[in-house]
Amino acid sequence: MNVLFFGIAKDIVGSSEILFSDEEAKPATVAALKKDLIKNYPEFLKLKTLAVAVNSEYANDDVTLSGNDEIAIIPPVSGG
Amino acid sequence: MNDNRYLRQTTLKSFGNEGQQKLRSAKVLVVGAGGLGVPVLTYLNAMGVGTLGIVDNDVVSLSNLHRQVLYTEKMVGQPKVLAAKNQLLAQNSDTEIIVHQTFLTVLNALQIIGDYDVVIDATDNFPTRYLINDACVILNKPFVYGALHGFEGQVSVFNYGDGPTYRCLFPEMPGADAVPNCNDHGVLGIVPGIIGNLQALETVKIITGIGEVLSGVLLLFDGLSQRFQRMNLSLNPKNKSIIQLEKSYEFECEIPIASIEAKNFQQIYTPGGTELVDVRTIKEFSRQHIAGAKHIPLSELKERANEIDLRAPVYIICQSGVRSKKAIALLRELFPSNEFVNVLGGMNHIDVYALTH
Repeated sequence: MNVLFFGIAKDIVGSSEILFSDEEAKPATVAALKKDLIKNYPEFLKLKTLAVAVNSEYANDDVTLSGNDEIAIIPPVSGG
Repeated sequence: MNDNRYLRQTTLKSFGNEGQQKLRSAKVLVVGAGGLGVPVLTYLNAMGVGTLGIVDNDVVSLSNLHRQVLYTEKMVGQPKVLAAKNQLLAQNSDTEIIVHQTFLTVLNALQIIGDYDVVIDATDNFPTRYLINDACVILNKPFVYGALHGFEGQVSVFNYGDGPTYRCLFPEMPGADAVPNCNDHGVLGIVPGIIGNLQALETVKIITGIGEVLSGVLLLFDGLSQRFQRMNLSLNPKNKSIIQLEKSYEFECEIPIASIEAKNFQQIYTPGGTELVDVRTIKEFSRQHIAGAKHIPLSELKERANEIDLRAPVYIICQSGVRSKKAIALLRELFPSNEFVNVLGGMNHIDVYALTH
């Protein structure tokens, strides 16, 4: 499983990608992933609205995750 | 219209004279004449879009020039809509340019957008993005979304046929402190050029029917890795059921205000000609002030507002540029159709020696 970060999420995490090895415990759903992010990076609490893509498809909180998924964390961006 | 002018694109089989004619008949509204709006306007104008509307209420500042390549050093201090109109007409005199020298607001959005076929979201703030979305849903108009963060950008087409809306991607507006804008965060000059050009391309596809419109897909661009990612998304039908605008889209205690950098203000200021209101205290004003400034302390502003000459844009100054914002918020309530411009940084950024000698 790998997680890609865009926009302010990339700045919060300080990296554009996190890789989970096969042995590591992985979040089971999108909701669990968001919870993990907030636990590790409390600044995610401020982002009320955050789009998550699982294998390039928009994913609601109840979507389940599996080992080979590619996930993208996409916050709103405002610049113009 | 000289047929030769567009020959290189009418030669394209799937575009042809028919595509050109469709561009000619199209009315496109560009909200924001900044980093994204400039490339959108420049290319749509060059390619022969018949009518271009521009909504903006800002003036050109020196710190715009690294990315807003339509403007020149000589235009610093001028309203963007007027500078843009002159440049675009020099580029293509056939285009009808309609200037809306205002910010898009709850009061004017439906009326302005109603006259156009396609809307371009080239703004730099969330309140206006959500306002454009809701107004376009109500009026059933497609809009081409573009937004930036540092070296990255996002593009999509929303409210196109049965496609998703901006609220299907981001249902709720983020809080004022959650996501920084270009002014706070910075943006590399070329990135809005890339994202704005992608928006212009989508606009041409919507108008002419060529290719596949980027509806139901969010395109993500990362300039540092030159990588594009796509995310598919679908309509949440409840987001199409908007029937009226919200009362306000503003962040609490934050409103978009037209502003000018202090040194640009000094270049355009003529004592007795430019209406400048200094809202500092009597003590501050008596210590030092700009010759010709009208002194109305913020505490007396409401009662003495009728002393202000409203025939031209009114410049408001204080010591650091914060109280002047409050003053503008107050004046806007009293005179909603008049233009007030904040002098950024206030007296702290004014070269008083240059002004008085």
